[in-house]
Amino acid sequence: MINMKINGKPVSLDVDPDMPILWVVREELGMNGTKFGCGIAMCGACTVHLNGTPIRSCSTPVSVAEGLEITTIEGLSDDDGKLSKVQEAWVEAQVPQCGYCQSGQIMSAAALLRDNPDPTDEDIDAAMSGNVCRCGTYPRIRAAIKAAARA
Amino acid sequence: MNKWSRRAFIGAGVAGGTALVVGVAIRPGNPVNSLAKDAAAEGEQLINAWVKIGEDNVVTAITPHTDMGQGALSTLAQMLADEMDADWDKMNVMSAPANGEYVSNEMARHFLVPDLEVGSWLEPTVDGVFINLSGAMDLYLTGGSFSIRSTGQKGMRVAGAAAREMLVGAAAQAWDVPAREITTEKSRLYHKASGRAADYADFAVAAADQSLPAKPTLKSVDDFNLMGTSAPRLDIPSKVNGTALFGIDAEIPGQTLSYAAVVSPPVPGSKVESVDDAQARSMRGVSHVLNMGEFVAVVADGYWHAQQAANALSVTYTKTATDDLDQDGMFKNFDAALNAAGEDGGDGLVDVGDAKDAFAGAATKVEAEYQVPFLAHACMEPINATVWSHDGGVDVWIGTQTPLRCRTAAAEVFDVSTDDVNVNILHMGGGFGRRSDANMVTMAARIAKEIDAPVKMIWSREEDIQKAAYRNATTSRFKAGLDENGKPVSWDNIFLFHNDPADAAYVPYYDIGSQRIRAVNDAELPLPFWAWRSVDHSQHGFFVESFVDEMAHAAGEDPLEFRMSMLGKSPRFAATLKKVAEMSGWGSSMPANHGKGVALVRSFNTIVAMVADVDMSNGAPTVKKVYCCADPGFAMNPDGLAAQMEGGIIYGLTAALYGDISIRNGAVEQSNFHDYEMLRMYESPEIVVEIINGNPDDIGGGGEPGTPPIGPAVANAVFNATGVRPRKLPLAGQSYSV
Repeated sequence: MINMKINGKPVSLDVDPDMPILWVVREELGMNGTKFGCGIAMCGACTVHLNGTPIRSCSTPVSVAEGLEITTIEGLSDDDGKLSKVQEAWVEAQVPQCGYCQSGQIMSAAALLRDNPDPTDEDIDAAMSGNVCRCGTYPRIRAAIKAAARA
Repeated sequence: MNKWSRRAFIGAGVAGGTALVVGVAIRPGNPVNSLAKDAAAEGEQLINAWVKIGEDNVVTAITPHTDMGQGALSTLAQMLADEMDADWDKMNVMSAPANGEYVSNEMARHFLVPDLEVGSWLEPTVDGVFINLSGAMDLYLTGGSFSIRSTGQKGMRVAGAAAREMLVGAAAQAWDVPAREITTEKSRLYHKASGRAADYADFAVAAADQSLPAKPTLKSVDDFNLMGTSAPRLDIPSKVNGTALFGIDAEIPGQTLSYAAVVSPPVPGSKVESVDDAQARSMRGVSHVLNMGEFVAVVADGYWHAQQAANALSVTYTKTATDDLDQDGMFKNFDAALNAAGEDGGDGLVDVGDAKDAFAGAATKVEAEYQVPFLAHACMEPINATVWSHDGGVDVWIGTQTPLRCRTAAAEVFDVSTDDVNVNILHMGGGFGRRSDANMVTMAARIAKEIDAPVKMIWSREEDIQKAAYRNATTSRFKAGLDENGKPVSWDNIFLFHNDPADAAYVPYYDIGSQRIRAVNDAELPLPFWAWRSVDHSQHGFFVESFVDEMAHAAGEDPLEFRMSMLGKSPRFAATLKKVAEMSGWGSSMPANHGKGVALVRSFNTIVAMVADVDMSNGAPTVKKVYCCADPGFAMNPDGLAAQMEGGIIYGLTAALYGDISIRNGAVEQSNFHDYEMLRMYESPEIVVEIINGNPDDIGGGGEPGTPPIGPAVANAVFNATGVRPRKLPLAGQSYSV
C-alpha cells in the first residue's frame, strides 16, 4: 500500500510500487490533466509537484511519494474552480494552442513564481527549458509568467 | 457522398458557384436527418448543420473541421457569429460528428489543384470530378490551412447569414412587420418601432419553417463586428486547468478499458517473423501478447504494465530490400535519379520562355544543390486510439484531422457499415499533418477485435519517432543565369518527389523571363511520406529562398533589394517585403558575428516575409530575433494569426536547427527527445509579427505559412555572418569556419 496526499486529499493505493506517478494519477485515480509525452523525463508534459517541487512524474516511481504530497494541474485552481493567477495569466495571454503540454508548463511556472516572485528572463529560461511545446508557445509563456509576476 | 442531394443544401452557387456545402439544412423530414440525430439535443432546434440555437439562447457553430491547436474552430465560430449577430459571450463550437454530409469538398478541390481559377462554365465538370475524388479519399479533413479561407468564408459565414435571415423572417411573420424593419444584435431580435424584442431561441422553431434563403447577404468588411478582431479563443479556459480531454484521455463510462502497447517493425515493409514473449507474459497485469503480423501488441490492465512488457519482448522481423540502406546511400540514390533525368528528363511542371537558351547565353551562371532530411512530426501527444465494439456497432475515441477516414478504418476491421461506426472527437495534442492518418484506428480496432473488449492503444514516444510517416528527405538542384547588369534571366530547378501543394516550388511572382521547373518521382523513398506542416513548402521554401540569396550574392546586390527588384509585378509581395525591411531595420549595422537573413514565401495563399537576426559567436546559429510580416488577405483573428506565425516559426526553426530523422540499416536512428531535439524556451527567439490585410476577397491560410520562410531566413543570416553558405539542413552540427 502506498499512502500519500493528492491535491490535499489522503489516498491509499494498492499499486505496483515501481509504477510511475504519472500512470497512478491518470489510470488509478482517473485524473487526466497530467500528460504523457516521452516517458524519459525529456519533455515535461507530465510535470507535477512533489511536496512543492516540480518533478517529471513519468519517471518517478510512486513509492517515492510515500508519505508525501502530490499536486497536479487539477489542484492548482481552488475548490470552487477559481483559477490561480498563473492560469489566469495563461488565459489572458492566449497561450495554449493544442494545449497538451500546458499542464506541465503551468506546473513548472507555478513553482518558479512561488520561489521567485519576480523572475528574470534567465530565471524563466532555467525553470522552463525542461518543458517542450511543439506548437511553439514559448514567447507567450514568457509573457504570461511576467504578467503573473506583476499581478 | 452519394447521399448528397440538392435538397440538403442551402445556397448552392452562393459559394462562388462551387459545390461546397454551405450549411446543411436540417429540418424534420429532411433526407439528412441523421445529422439532426447527432447534433440536436433535447429542447433544441437545428436550423442547419452548421449552427444550432439552444433553449438557453446559446449559439453553437458546428464545423466540419477538427482543431489541432491552431484555434481554427474558434475563428470559424467567430465568422459565423458575426454574420449571424450572435452573442460571442454565449457562443459555442463543436466538430461535426463523422458523417458523410460534412465532407469538406472545397478543401479537396483546392488541395489537388492549388490556386486554379475555374471558370463558372467549367464548375459542374470540375466539381463532379472532385466530389468523386473527395468521396474516395474520405475527406473530412483538417489540413492545407483551409479551415478559415474555405469553410469559414464559404460555409460558416453563409450559414450564419442564412440562419439570421431565417430568424428575422420568422419574427417578421409573428410580429406582422416587414423583415427589413427588424434588427439583430447579440443573439436578440428587435423591432424598434413597436418596441418588441426577443431572443433568437424564441424563434428557433419557427425559423426552421422559413424557406431557405437562396443567397444570404454577407456583411462587407466595413460592417464586420467580430471578424477582424482578436476575440479570445473558446477552448483556452479548458486548456489551463486540465479539463480539456484529448484522445489519450478517452474513457468509456461503465466499461473497464484494457490498454495496449505496440511494437512495429523498425524497417518499413518488414513483418513480424517471430516473437519471444515468455518474459512479457509473466509480467504483472499482462493479459495478451498478440502477433498481428504487421506489429505486436501487448495488452494489460494499464498502459505502463503493457509498455513494460512490450519492452521485454524479443521480436525478429522479415528481411526487406532496404535493410542495408543508410543515409549516405539514400542521398546517393537521389543523386543517381536526378542524374538519370539529365537536362531534359523528369516531369515538366513549369516551362516559361527558354530557360536553357537564356542560361547558355547568361553573363553570370549560378548553380547549387540543396538537401533536406526526413522529419518526424513529433506531436506532443503520442499516437493513440480507443476502440469499443458493442451492440453491433463500433465506437472510436480519437483526436484526429480526419474523422471520416477513422470511421472507414474501424468499419473495415469489424466488417460493419460506416453508418454503424461512431467517431467521438477529442482534442488533438498536436496534429501538424500526422493525425490526417487513420492507421492508428486500424491497429487499435484489430486489437479490440482480437481480445473482444474495449481497448486504448498508446504508442510509446519511441514508436512515435521511429515507426511513423515523415516529411520526405529530398534533393533539389538549381541553375540561374544573370545578365551583365546582374538581372536574372533564367531559373531552372529540378527536384525529387512532387507532392502537395503542386505549386510549392513555383516562383511566378519573381519577374524572371524564363523559368523551367521539373520533378523526378521515380526514386526510392525508404520511409513513408506523410504531410508535415506546410508539406512540400517546408523544403522548397528553404531551397528556393537560399538559391535566390545565392543569386543576389553573385549579382553583388543586397539580398532584400535583389528580391525587391524582381517583384515589380507583384505588389502584395513587395509590400510585405518592404514592411519586414522596416520592422527589422534592414541595412543597419550589426554587432560582430551577427548576421541578418531574409526570406519570402507564399504558401496556402498567404504571403510571409521574414528577417532573422542570428548570432554566430558560438560557431553555431543562435537565433536572437525574428521579424515576420504576413499578408493573409484578411486576418479574421489577428492575434490568432500572430500566434500561428509564432508557432509556425518555432516549428520550422526546430527543423532548421535540429530536425534530422536519419536512416541506418533501413531504420530510423533517432528514438526520443534526447536525440530528436526540440527547440526549448532558452533558445526561443523574440518574435515580432505584423499583419497586412492586402485583399479581403482573397483570404489565405494561417496554420502553415509561418513555417516555410524561417529555415532560409536563418540559413541566409548564417551566410551573412560567416560567408559560409548552408546547402543542407539541419544547421546545427555543421562547420561554419571559412
